[in-house]
Amino acid sequence: MTTHTKVRILIRLKPEILDPEGKAVAGAIARSGFEPPREARVGKMIELELEGTRKEIEPVVHQICDQVLVNAVIQEYELEWL
Amino acid sequence: MAVKPRIAVLLFPGTNCERETVRAVQRAGGTPLLVWHADSALGKVDGVIIPGGFSYGDYLRAGALARVSPIMEAVRSFADAGGPVLGICNGFQILVETGLLPGGLLTNASLTFIHRWQPLSLQGSHPRWWDSDLTQTVFPIAHHQGNYFAPPELLTELERNDQIVFRYRADARWPDADADPNGSMAAIAGITNRDGNVLGMMPHPERAWLADAGSADGDILFRSLIATAGGARG
Repeated sequence: MTTHTKVRILIRLKPEILDPEGKAVAGAIARSGFEPPREARVGKMIELELEGTRKEIEPVVHQICDQVLVNAVIQEYELEWL
Repeated sequence: MAVKPRIAVLLFPGTNCERETVRAVQRAGGTPLLVWHADSALGKVDGVIIPGGFSYGDYLRAGALARVSPIMEAVRSFADAGGPVLGICNGFQILVETGLLPGGLLTNASLTFIHRWQPLSLQGSHPRWWDSDLTQTVFPIAHHQGNYFAPPELLTELERNDQIVFRYRADARWPDADADPNGSMAAIAGITNRDGNVLGMMPHPERAWLADAGSADGDILFRSLIATAGGARG
């Protein structure tokens, strides 16, 4: 019997990076009749399901983020274990 | 009679500028070779060009998936050994994602895809890429993610090491093109790596080959590359 573990990776632009997409979303919210948000920022969510326990796969998930999924120059990420 | 320098033109799924790039290499006196991204070897080449397009549909981030294509290891070795590597538009994005060029390329500040003839200025001295006294030119730009980002320390380093080659500028002859098409820091349109053998640029020199259409200056860049690539072989 093999264990699978699901992890949710949240990727966002670093806080000092300008986010025009976020601004556009904030504008759309305001135009829809709501109070304009003080800020809106848009990120990305990726879910992976891997063989193994969380303990086994956690370092691999970080490597996958660093080498494939995340551009460390402009992005940061956090993991949610499901 | 000298053998023409062999220039690899990489092809990823979604690349769409390879034909014009191949023609530009031929006009400049080189022999272009299309190389498929899944190949692990470049073969014997004197230069590498990563053309424009939408490799992998720009999925994840423009250039992000191309960076893990098998051919990029060979490109990295070629660049590390000092060989000339040119990345145009999506090619620039791929070079930045691969880490062969520093900084990042974000979505245009306007959030729109910008396409127009864009006046540029040449910065510093880069004879292996621009063997000409011209300090101003104009190339077409066509991109959605050309907003160059560099943290302050990197920006200082780029300027100090003469790594900035092209900057966007305004010119009354092209009234629709302002000096800031996409929000790029310091109006940076193209840079090299520290050693100067890798050049990445958002504008399309392969589309500036007919003076009547706007400019033939793009051929200057390809002729310079062919001369460099020819000189590199010994």
